Amino acid sequence: MNRSQKTREYVSGLKNASFVGVGYFAVSFGFGALAASKGVSVWGATLISLVNLTSAGQFAGLTVIVALGSLWELILTQLVINSRYMLMSLALTQRLDKSFTAPKRMVMAFFNTDEIFALSMQRQSPLTFPYMLGLGTLPIIGWSAGTLCGALAGTLLPAFVRDSLSVSLYAMFVAIVLPDARSHRGVLICVLISALLSCGFEFLPLLSSVSDGVAIVLCTVIAAAVCAALFPVKQEREDD
Amino acid sequence: MYFYICVAVMAVTTYLIRMLPLTLFRKKITNPFVNSFLYYVPCACLTAMTVPAIFFATGHIVSGAVGLVCAVILAFCGLKLPAVAAVSCTAVLICELCFLGVGI
Repeated sequence: MNRSQKTREYVSGLKNASFVGVGYFAVSFGFGALAASKGVSVWGATLISLVNLTSAGQFAGLTVIVALGSLWELILTQLVINSRYMLMSLALTQRLDKSFTAPKRMVMAFFNTDEIFALSMQRQSPLTFPYMLGLGTLPIIGWSAGTLCGALAGTLLPAFVRDSLSVSLYAMFVAIVLPDARSHRGVLICVLISALLSCGFEFLPLLSSVSDGVAIVLCTVIAAAVCAALFPVKQEREDD
Repeated sequence: MYFYICVAVMAVTTYLIRMLPLTLFRKKITNPFVNSFLYYVPCACLTAMTVPAIFFATGHIVSGAVGLVCAVILAFCGLKLPAVAAVSCTAVLICELCFLGVGI
């Protein structure tokens, strides 16, 4: 590939992921506001987003950190919640040719998020490294900048406004889960089981002593395992 | 210091999860249970993080509940992600303003 081809591929990636960058800004604004409301500094919140680039994992990590949880709890939480990336990375390997050397794979692994994965799987023509870099650029900028602005807004605004802003992240989670729960019975049952278990861990006498991070992991593993056994998903769904 | 160690541990763990399969593995997962499990992980974990935490996100359980109900209805009606977040957020804000007005 010559230079102009590389540039064309990169720009094509930039364009295709531009809306993801804008969307990420909006979502991570909520994360920034939430982090600020939990007492994390503006710089700290932005750093989390810059080096993690994942919504659910960061959120759960934040929960563990503000509860002063152990590092093992933190690792376990990330392993379970981000386990889906393992599957996505695996699926992605099927689309990469020999031009993707190990160092290139190590670079693109950093921004293998749900949306970027979806975009790369959608592409008809073969994937190229400049294209993958193009896909990752704007989402990373949008994600970090959104957190920065959200945390700043959270620090400057009065507490009740900040709290209200932090609800946007939860609302976003609902908006991600609900369309699937509506069309897929397994997902609906999974959501109900998880919500029920999660409430149990919050309110039941013995269970409420379990720390927040471990509770999220247990709810996730139990609900996902029960539904995987009861409602197995057809193979091709993994490319969704 | 604790904070920065945590952020580093989080980032490395997340990165390894993404990086190791991409560089090491070449085969697809064929086990249907493992595939289904991974398929259900996102919705299970997003739910566990939202409920019941959303009720305690604001100063009042009622405004958190309003936010949740609002988000569920709007998402059910098929509204896009940013719209659901913005409207729910505004509903919670109005709720909190009302509480502020009556001095609860």
